[in-house]
Amino acid sequence: MAVKTYQLIIVGGGPGGLTAGLYAARARLDTLLIDKGAAGGQVLRTDWIDNYPGFPDGVSGFELADKMTAQARRFGLQPTLGEVVSMELRGETKKLYLADDKHLKAKAVIIATGASPNKLNVPGEVDLTGKGVSYCATCDGPFYRDMDVAVVGGGNTAVQEAVYLTKFVKTVTIIHRRDELRAAPIIQEAAFQNKRVSFICESEVVGIEGTTEVTGLRIKHADGEEEFKSFQGVFVLVGVSPNNWMLPKELALDNGFITTDGMMRSNISGVMAVGDIRADSIRQVISAAGDGAVAEKTAEQYLEHLHQNLRIVMERKKCSSK
Amino acid sequence: MSEDNLIYVTDQDFEAEVLKSDLPCLVDFWAPWCGPCKAIGPVVTELAAEFAGKVIIAKMNVDESPATPGKYGIRAIPTLILFKGGEVLDQVTGAVGKAQLAAMLEKA
Repeated sequence: MAVKTYQLIIVGGGPGGLTAGLYAARARLDTLLIDKGAAGGQVLRTDWIDNYPGFPDGVSGFELADKMTAQARRFGLQPTLGEVVSMELRGETKKLYLADDKHLKAKAVIIATGASPNKLNVPGEVDLTGKGVSYCATCDGPFYRDMDVAVVGGGNTAVQEAVYLTKFVKTVTIIHRRDELRAAPIIQEAAFQNKRVSFICESEVVGIEGTTEVTGLRIKHADGEEEFKSFQGVFVLVGVSPNNWMLPKELALDNGFITTDGMMRSNISGVMAVGDIRADSIRQVISAAGDGAVAEKTAEQYLEHLHQNLRIVMERKKCSSK
Repeated sequence: MSEDNLIYVTDQDFEAEVLKSDLPCLVDFWAPWCGPCKAIGPVVTELAAEFAGKVIIAKMNVDESPATPGKYGIRAIPTLILFKGGEVLDQVTGAVGKAQLAAMLEKA
């Protein structure tokens, strides 16, 4: 069976992809949004979002993802399940290969594959994942009622989720490599004011101990001294890495993230990138959504341009056939 | 069995439905407040249709049934455990892709 060629395929259903999908559905582009799971992206693992305009009391990541998906669906976008494993992006027709050996075709592609939480890469981490090692405080916090847990990291996610965990746990210890946190001042204030949150700074986790479950961490301090500290859980929140393994080598990257211009265009014509996978992204929900709107407009212009070229070719053919 | 090929199990019927099942059984331990559980939901539903008659796919809400996840040491969700003959054959934690889950079910 011949594979249909969509006008636009959006790869990834986080805020960037969903916004591009919303705009594309309203522009009546023949669009497919593909994601390996239900749409939502990393927002789904964020407990609370206080910096997305229009929600004066804040909104849960879960609810925001749901609302964005529902809004895009209202205009006809159908998020589809599928895992893109490789891409051929050069030329007028782009091909996306899926895990089940099928492929998809499109005239334009918006890459919104986002980013995934980093691992610590220390001994014990892999074996104890799900047994005391977690990468998602909102998912797993309730399993640690009245326990002592550690949060590794010092950015917005680490500090915000540490404060969130105090709803369940007895104590949270934030372990951070540097001597000051990178989290936004308002997020730091909440942590400093919370009596259940304490800090171990200028220190690195060098090992996670435990056999059937986490019993504690080996921590190396700035002076080189190592110590064992007892914890029943450790939440690893040390930044993200781009989901770029399915991208072709001809796509220009910077540190693993796709470089774009202000119109979200990559170095390959007809291929745009939005949100956390984009090199200049500030990795916020609002900026991903903004990227999505811009990229869709760029896609529309690109498709129109393609169509005009096509028409010129057809007209020429008509003339020459006379 | 429901229309979507999934079964929904609780602490009460876990033994009868999963451990004593003639077919291998994959249990998706999830909760309504867990984002990645929601993300993986449609993947599990698709697998239930594709493996119908070969593997039973069950969902257990850990909020409503805390005893079973406790027994299996589950402290992160989504966790998916594949049971065969009452024993744990394999397990995976996190919102993994469909291909990885399908490969796990093929081994059952």
